[in-house]
Amino acid sequence: MARVEFRDERCKGCLLCTTVCPKEIICQSARFNKQGYKVAEVKEDDMDKCTGCASCALICPDLAITVYREKKEGK
Amino acid sequence: MSAEQIAFKAPEIMIDRATHYCPGCHHGIAHRLVGEVLTEMGLVDDTLCVGSIGCSVFIYNYLNVDAVEAPHGRAPAVATGLKRSRKDKFVFTYQGDGDLASIGMAEIVHAANRGERISVVFVNNTVYGMTGGQMAPTTLIGQKTTTCPAGRCLDREGAPIRMSEIIGGLGGTAYCERASLDSVKNIRRAKKAIRKAFEVQQQGIGFGFVELLSGCPTNWRMDAVAANKRITEEMIPYFPLGVYKDVTAEGGCACTEHGTDSKEDK
Ligand SMILES: Cc1ncc(C[n+]2csc(CCOP(=O)(O)OP(=O)(O)O)c2C)c(N)n1
Ligand code: SF4
Ligand code: SF4
Ligand code: SF4
Ligand SMILES: [Mg+2]
Repeated sequence: MARVEFRDERCKGCLLCTTVCPKEIICQSARFNKQGYKVAEVKEDDMDKCTGCASCALICPDLAITVYREKKEGK
Repeated sequence: MSAEQIAFKAPEIMIDRATHYCPGCHHGIAHRLVGEVLTEMGLVDDTLCVGSIGCSVFIYNYLNVDAVEAPHGRAPAVATGLKRSRKDKFVFTYQGDGDLASIGMAEIVHAANRGERISVVFVNNTVYGMTGGQMAPTTLIGQKTTTCPAGRCLDREGAPIRMSEIIGGLGGTAYCERASLDSVKNIRRAKKAIRKAFEVQQQGIGFGFVELLSGCPTNWRMDAVAANKRITEEMIPYFPLGVYKDVTAEGGCACTEHGTDSKEDK
């Protein structure tokens, strides 16, 4: 299983990540961070759709996203 | 539970602090790509970064390498001095379009033409971002800015300058490419372009230049998603992506007279 983690205090709510996710699971949350930005998130129910492609992290200007992938067998 | 591995995380060379950039500003992506390439080339401890005047003036707050700050437009001149006195260091400048193509036009053209063994990262966002979005030499025809509120006029202000075409046409340039930061595919390509522009310096071949078409949502008066669309639909057609010079593909050296031995001379 792959998954992503957002660092809320780094996210500026630019929403660029929402435009590149092949699974379209990233959306704007209702939460504001301390800087007043409405942060992006993946809803818990949608996380199992994440492929770990890292497109969201590549386009994020603020290094707010960490991407995890399952370790392959035997590696 | 199966074991996990990290597929992407913030590179270690990036200092762990939030940037002062606006939401969706591409300086953040450009910084990260530079950091990743320096890391992958093993240059982190041997790099001298020359910052310029513009929103990226604080690059040394984000990229953990030795850095000096150059006066407006003069980064290629400062980098020339650094490299000539410290040939053991990897020297790069990071400049905006107001800095590089306007006040700094003479410095960039002559540094490239001399074939200085330096690399230049040129972030073209078609405005003077830092000072409030005034017209730059790169501003597109019809683009509204605070100093051309009715839109840039070809007759009055001239055509937007295409820097990669100019730099690619100079004798000392070893590698010159224009890339863009508007999509995942283009960001991947941009990283390879940065790497090439850095490698020609390490190989002692000549001057390396990479232009990155970038968004300035704030001064374009649009959100980040619309800004990316503007790059795709308006900037790329006028500023075509691609390699404008690559002497490594031509099998030669930018400096035909002296060969590739310049890294070794003292
Ligand atoms: C000698 C001098 N002239 C003018 C300025 C004002 N100034 C500061 S930044 C800037 C333009 C920056 O634009 P650009 O290089 O495109 O960087 P951006 O902010 O867009 O990334 C200007 C004109 C200055 N700091 N020094
Ligand atoms: S890693 Fe890929 S699939 Fe997962 S959230 Fe990011 S863009 Fe979507
Ligand atoms: S791209 Fe980064 S900063 Fe922008 S909304 Fe997504 S996580 Fe936040
Ligand atoms: S003004 Fe433009 S270039 Fe400067 S930080 Fe904001 S978006 Fe980036
Ligand atoms: Mg600019």
